[in-house]
Amino acid sequence: MKVSMTVNGSAVTAEVADRTLLVHFLRDVAGLTATNIGCDTTSCGACTVLLDGQSVKSCTVLAAQAEGREVTTLEGLAAAGGEMHPVQQAFHAEHGLQCGFCTPGMVMAAVSLLAENPHPTEEQVRTGLEGNLCRCTGYHNIVRAVLAASGQAEGQDSQ
Amino acid sequence: MSILGTRVVRTEDPRLLTAGGTYVDDLRVPELAGAARVTFVRSPFGHAMITGIDASAALAAPGVVAVLTFQDINDIPPPPPPPEGGPPPGSEAAPLPLGGVWQEPLLAVDRVRYVGEPVAIVITDETYQGEDAAELVSVDYDPLPAVVGVGKALSGDTLLFPDAGSNIPVDHAAGDTAFEGCDVVVEREIMNQRVAPVPLEGRATAAVWADGKLTVWVSTQNAQISRFILAGAFGLNPDAIRVVAPDVGGGFGAKVGLDRDAITVAWAARHIGRALRWVETRSENLTGMTHGRAQRHSIKIGGTRDGRVLAYRLDVVQDTGAYSRMGGFLPTLTNLMAAGPYDIAHVEAGYRVVVTNTTPISAYRGAGRPEATAAIERAMDLFAAEIGMDPAAVRRKNLVPSDKFPYQTPCGATYDTGDYIGALDKVLAGAGYDELRAEQARRRERGDVVQLGIGVASYVEITAADADGGETARVEVHDDGTAMVYTGSSAHGQGHHTAWAMIVEADLGIPMAKVTVKHGDTDEIPLGTGTYGSRSLQLGGVAVHRANLEVKEQARKLAAEMMEASEADLELNTDSGLWQVRGDPGSSRTWADVASHAGAEGLTAFVHYTDGAPTFPFGSHVAVAEVDTETGKVTLVRHVTVDDAGTVLNPVLTEGQRHGGIAQGVAQALLEEMIYDADGNPLTGTLADYAAISATELPSFELLVSETPATINPLGAKGIGEAGTIGATPAMQSAVIDAVSHLGVRHIDMPTTPARVWAAISEARNSQ
Amino acid sequence: MIPAAFTYKRAWSVDEALDLAAQGGEDAKFLAGGHSLLPLMKLRLAVPETLVDIGRLAELSSVRDEGSYIAVGALTTHHDLATSGLLGQELPLLAHAAGEVGDPQVRHRGTIGGSLVHADPAADLPAVILALDATLVARGPGGSREIAAADFFHGLFETALAPGELLTEIRIPKPAQAGWAFQKFTKRAIDWAIVGVAVQGDAVALVNMGQTPVRAAAVEQALASGAAPDTAAAHAADGTSAPEDINADRGYREHLARVLVGRALAESRSRS
Repeated sequence: MKVSMTVNGSAVTAEVADRTLLVHFLRDVAGLTATNIGCDTTSCGACTVLLDGQSVKSCTVLAAQAEGREVTTLEGLAAAGGEMHPVQQAFHAEHGLQCGFCTPGMVMAAVSLLAENPHPTEEQVRTGLEGNLCRCTGYHNIVRAVLAASGQAEGQDSQ
Repeated sequence: MSILGTRVVRTEDPRLLTAGGTYVDDLRVPELAGAARVTFVRSPFGHAMITGIDASAALAAPGVVAVLTFQDINDIPPPPPPPEGGPPPGSEAAPLPLGGVWQEPLLAVDRVRYVGEPVAIVITDETYQGEDAAELVSVDYDPLPAVVGVGKALSGDTLLFPDAGSNIPVDHAAGDTAFEGCDVVVEREIMNQRVAPVPLEGRATAAVWADGKLTVWVSTQNAQISRFILAGAFGLNPDAIRVVAPDVGGGFGAKVGLDRDAITVAWAARHIGRALRWVETRSENLTGMTHGRAQRHSIKIGGTRDGRVLAYRLDVVQDTGAYSRMGGFLPTLTNLMAAGPYDIAHVEAGYRVVVTNTTPISAYRGAGRPEATAAIERAMDLFAAEIGMDPAAVRRKNLVPSDKFPYQTPCGATYDTGDYIGALDKVLAGAGYDELRAEQARRRERGDVVQLGIGVASYVEITAADADGGETARVEVHDDGTAMVYTGSSAHGQGHHTAWAMIVEADLGIPMAKVTVKHGDTDEIPLGTGTYGSRSLQLGGVAVHRANLEVKEQARKLAAEMMEASEADLELNTDSGLWQVRGDPGSSRTWADVASHAGAEGLTAFVHYTDGAPTFPFGSHVAVAEVDTETGKVTLVRHVTVDDAGTVLNPVLTEGQRHGGIAQGVAQALLEEMIYDADGNPLTGTLADYAAISATELPSFELLVSETPATINPLGAKGIGEAGTIGATPAMQSAVIDAVSHLGVRHIDMPTTPARVWAAISEARNSQ
Repeated sequence: MIPAAFTYKRAWSVDEALDLAAQGGEDAKFLAGGHSLLPLMKLRLAVPETLVDIGRLAELSSVRDEGSYIAVGALTTHHDLATSGLLGQELPLLAHAAGEVGDPQVRHRGTIGGSLVHADPAADLPAVILALDATLVARGPGGSREIAAADFFHGLFETALAPGELLTEIRIPKPAQAGWAFQKFTKRAIDWAIVGVAVQGDAVALVNMGQTPVRAAAVEQALASGAAPDTAAAHAADGTSAPEDINADRGYREHLARVLVGRALAESRSRS
């Protein structure tokens, strides 16, 4: 079937199998490989992208379901000039990533979280990221990064 | 001022944050254009005979290139014969798989021994075709009784390897002689449960044979070791093999060396003459990737009523899963570290290894040492409870005092440097231990539903256990003033690129921004070891430092020549990166000047650095837990730690390692367990069931600083990758038990799930 | 993992959806947010031949005040339920429970209709609508019919819907008693409930205490006969048939039900 959508501001149209998952459409058709697959059960959140501005797990959305919609992936987050999005900047400044595999999904989940709740508490950040697993950071610096990106002083000093 | 010791954010991050990493599945290199996809057909039975494989329907399915079974593997050499006299004596010497009767095939021959064991591979043009075709491979199984759990394995009622005559490939059980003269002796059997490593990126391999050369891209912690494993498997000269570790999405020990399924993929690429790529699914990962821990401990501790521990015994039964890969090695580390950070006169440690119808066991963050710590920390708590003494006080009384270093343990380890009592005192002060105990007493007095538990754990661990293997580094300074570091170490999140560039800046005054670090490609770096056992900085980092010094001496000669001064008068200003003649600051040469002068040979040095001995990081953790005594639910409310890994190079990276380690330790104590039913079926085979911990279950961590330099290496560094896990697991478990100890609970096995905690409370109440 | 092959059809109206489903026959399934169905299909535990995507039927995605009841379109996402001002005012139990489903990403896609039709006894919303005495509106080739929530759940993953019949709306009477509570007991935040309790007034429903969501009838009877909440809660497990799994055996689930019902009743009364 033919599927068309806007990905990071550009129209993408392709003939794909009906069962094509959005994550594979993004990786294999649109060539955007930042979005990773970390599980089979909608558990880990590594594949999180924005669909019409809201975080979704792209392993559990058919490409066909995104027909005509707007998708934003990690690659589409920075400003046109290349300046990183405040969430990306905060992950860098707070050491919110290690191996980087969960990072694209984690960052997109955080962007969506802050869009819905611009000034979350630490607890709200933690519950807001319940759908994203990270195996490296223990979440400590991810939480600090999200709080920092929200313009709030970091959660607590680690020293 | 040196950049070392300062907070530097990672140079790796901008790429990972804007474009994402390039993991095996993301590679779009020309060699892999048109690569076919590999899908494994795996055993759905824990234990069964294979009576037939029919691939005809699969072969007829769309896009199917080939279906391969063990019968097709007739073009590589057989595995080496077992050591003389059978496997046991040799198997403790090195982390090598067992051969002979215990041999593990690449693809099952006539018997499968665990759910997830590879039986066949299906090769298809497209990814989506693979899963469809794999379903069509018809394998006839004749199920056998399964062996699950060490008790069943030891009984020997059912044998996995009938030719072996037992389920026990290694038997070095501990003696039991040392408890005379103890006022109090406590014994207990505890489980250090089987857990799944779950790196967010599972296993992945791509392979291509071209012009007599094999190129393999693999998600590994060790590109160079992988190359040698492949050379052995194919009977090839290592020069004919290139291994590339692209970005690696976490390893945690489960990606040490080369996974066996990667060998199968590389073999198949040659067998059918086509580039191949295999990226496992998470469900595949949870049974196909090695698991960790899985030890049963019989602990026995004895001492005086005033709290002095005199004797300790640890007998380990290592469930190694269906095949002993590293399973014969891990309990040797557990035995080596059995005494923990304590000064105990008599320690007896031993182990047996048993095979079961479960996924093979290998390294997982800590690899044998967390098990040792968990065991002795439980023993300390049980001893404290028995004599009615505060658990922190018992520890303080028995920790190796600072004036006893280097300290030789009865288990054969020599602890290099430490301030164990200082670490404990610091963490107790930082946690506000006395106030916590007072709050606990108030809640107990009131009979609150939610009780408070305080878990204290002290640990010492061994890092760079194979220090004599060392690590390599090559440093080049180019005529544009930039530097290049080729490291034999291999990062998958630890921040080597940042750390190594800092060392260059500190040693040579070349700013980090001008330093490029390369790792993980055996064409560029044929010699190296990679990352495991918290070895990177103290071996790989020091190798970079040593190479820097050699480059510096080369440069000194050249600069002296250029400036017509004696070498002795030349000095490098590491703030400006300028070579100057002492007393004549007016004239100077840049690195670009000196490198240009070096001519064709360039400025370059290669170092293979080895340490004479491992280092022993140490620390203490305090976990504070709330336990809902009506439901058994545990909430970790605070986690305070001292983790002393010697001199810290970059606190940002060290803290990151500690955070991650703590979370994995807490996760093992509270949530994670790979569970099988009696037939060997995994009940936690997806991430919906396997309880990996999320941000919601954790608090922010409170890290306290302690730096007792190592003396064996010039950076003063010890390893930090695993320490958090080693300290956090027993602290967390102890906190849970402590919260309900006043109800009569002495022990709860990990994971301390709500059901287990509730059962322990109920049992204690019913027995009173 | 990926689903087995199927034919995808997109419907633009309820009538078209019903037609497409009828054409697909027994092996056709409606696809809403897909957060119950697609995970099963990826594990190949469900292998429909035709998926009829009803995701574009805007007519089914609304929350309306109909005077005596609130009408919730079957396609309303958990996120929209959780953030609906109208629900927050009139049916805070539903809004709150919807905010506890899955995780934020799941709530952005998953729908109330999908959750109810999937009929997983471990899911949150089936018990909630049971406690709220909702009426479900289904449309099939023969027209619309109403099904009481109490009659909707027939068994594990089984409902009163006939093949080809589409759940379109959930009608929830405005509660007579204001007090409400939702207790969800999990190992991890993201997990399905080991046991859950939904309370509205003196109506009490249980999550994961049987093959279907169930009303805690013995508790309700005890309350009706004047028992104190604590006393009534002791009957929470009466008549249930709790499942056993890696998280809990039957006895523990029954214990949890009693504790959680007690807490939920106390919480509910503190709000009334």
